[in-house]
Amino acid sequence: MASQGLGKEQSIQEMVAQSRNRKGKKFIEKLMPIILIITALISVLTTIGIVFTLIFETFEFFQRVSITDYLFGREWLPFSGSEPLYGVLPLILGTLKVSVIAACVAVPLGIAAAIYLSEYASDKTRRTIKPILEVLAGVPTIVYGFFALTFVTPLLQELIPSLKIFNALSPGIVVGIMILPMIASLSEDAMSSVPNSIREGALALGATKLEVSIKVVLPAALSGIIASVVLAVSRAIGETMIVSLAGGATPTFDFNVTGSIQTMTAYIVQVSSGDAGYGTTIYYSIYAVGFTLFVFTLIMNLLAQYISKRFREEY
Amino acid sequence: MVELMNKTNKQETANIKTPSQIVGESTKSVERNSVFNTKNFNLWYGDHHALKDINLDIRENEVTAIIGPSGCGKSTYIKALNRMVELVPIVKTNGEINYRGRNILEASYEVEELRTRVGMVFQKPNPFPKSIYDNIAYGPRIHGIKNKKVLDEIVEKSLRGAAIWDEVKDRLNQNAYGLSGGQQQRICIARCLAIEPDVILMDEPTSALDPISTLKVEELVQELKDNYSIIIVTHNMQQAARISDKTAFFLNGEVVEFDHTDKIFSTPKDQRTEDYISGRFG
Repeated sequence: MASQGLGKEQSIQEMVAQSRNRKGKKFIEKLMPIILIITALISVLTTIGIVFTLIFETFEFFQRVSITDYLFGREWLPFSGSEPLYGVLPLILGTLKVSVIAACVAVPLGIAAAIYLSEYASDKTRRTIKPILEVLAGVPTIVYGFFALTFVTPLLQELIPSLKIFNALSPGIVVGIMILPMIASLSEDAMSSVPNSIREGALALGATKLEVSIKVVLPAALSGIIASVVLAVSRAIGETMIVSLAGGATPTFDFNVTGSIQTMTAYIVQVSSGDAGYGTTIYYSIYAVGFTLFVFTLIMNLLAQYISKRFREEY
Repeated sequence: MVELMNKTNKQETANIKTPSQIVGESTKSVERNSVFNTKNFNLWYGDHHALKDINLDIRENEVTAIIGPSGCGKSTYIKALNRMVELVPIVKTNGEINYRGRNILEASYEVEELRTRVGMVFQKPNPFPKSIYDNIAYGPRIHGIKNKKVLDEIVEKSLRGAAIWDEVKDRLNQNAYGLSGGQQQRICIARCLAIEPDVILMDEPTSALDPISTLKVEELVQELKDNYSIIIVTHNMQQAARISDKTAFFLNGEVVEFDHTDKIFSTPKDQRTEDYISGRFG
């Protein structure tokens, strides 16, 4: 139908048809999905590439060191010239010590902060505190590392005189501080998404605010909270700078937290920044350790995904 | 009905009813005790004057329906009766709402205590994301009942009271969200019965339900009124006519008319009431 207001010019339908038939437009419509697929593939292919390199070099390492010695050996002495020992357990234990201490610090504090933010804080307080928490998550880890070495360790030495300068406790606590905002923020998201109608149902039964928070909202948000904890712990496992700076470089197979340790990540830093020659066993060992680390964090991430699906409360 | 037998002990413990009321159960001439006596009650949401000089005297063991068009303040009023309306931070009130002779708007009135006496069923079924059993046991548990045997009894009695026991008795440990909307709403009613309240407030309890579930809830309301005082907000005038003893018609935050339901629907005194119930607006 011709539009009367525009006189002898084309009708709107005609203009639409003309624009639709333009060649360039059709071409872009066809091209864009291809470009988008390529960009998506880049990240996938890079990941696959990294994993293959890891596997390949790890395989090379196990040509030289037996896999049972690696997995079950209790001594990690790669630099002892005559008879190097590659038992990974001390490194794993170092990593676990730091991660467990970090979780002990971050889980209770993070969940308590999340309960406060979600259930008690006014809108205004929440809008102020949450961004600050998220900024805390953006502090470079090297800064946390210095904080652990030059502030937390001396402070702890006042309390525990036997504490060494390099130890598991101080980096553990600081890694805990580092992952705390992650737990607080993600748990707060999970708790805030519990519908208000459920809170009202509990309040209408005469429940106090604390009873609503602990006995209704917390269980309802549990899957999200557990997922946030698992993700945060997986970050603690992969944390590098803090433990390199404040943890030391002495892999030990014991449960003492006051002495020097070495984590898997710290070992990789030590070798990469040192002068291990290409093709030496030490060189290949960092791939084996890296692959072990990768397996750990992969399991944690899969666990987080499984938990958030399996324990999702339908509401 | 069998389930009603379970509740007779409640009448014994609550020594607030005179013998004549237990005897003259359905005779309308007997004036029952007042449950909620509202005097010159006003409520503002910020600057919006939502309820204006409300005067209502709600009696025990009756079903009181509150009808009116959307935005007339009927939901606000019912939420004021258990002070749930305070969850909106900008609410201001004055006047009196006397529950069993005591003004609930006084600062010294403990709101948790009020809410254990005055239960509420919401518009949308809102069971907790827990098992059916834990939903019902939640109220008794937070008020200190831990004994498993006692809890088992309460759960069964409440579910029977809400006429849903036979449907769920074999799956008490399943999540309440697996039930249909109508079943969920009766779970919410059972949850409310579990702490043996005195009054049950119902805020459009059937508006999210299908006709058959609605019918079940309506029948339930009829059974419950022997032991509880029920105040029900409804959009549906036929529902008010079917189930209530008295009806209050709200319009623009005011009570236009409050009387026995048959009078409201047969010979309303106010022209606006007549217009509303005959469907001329609303």
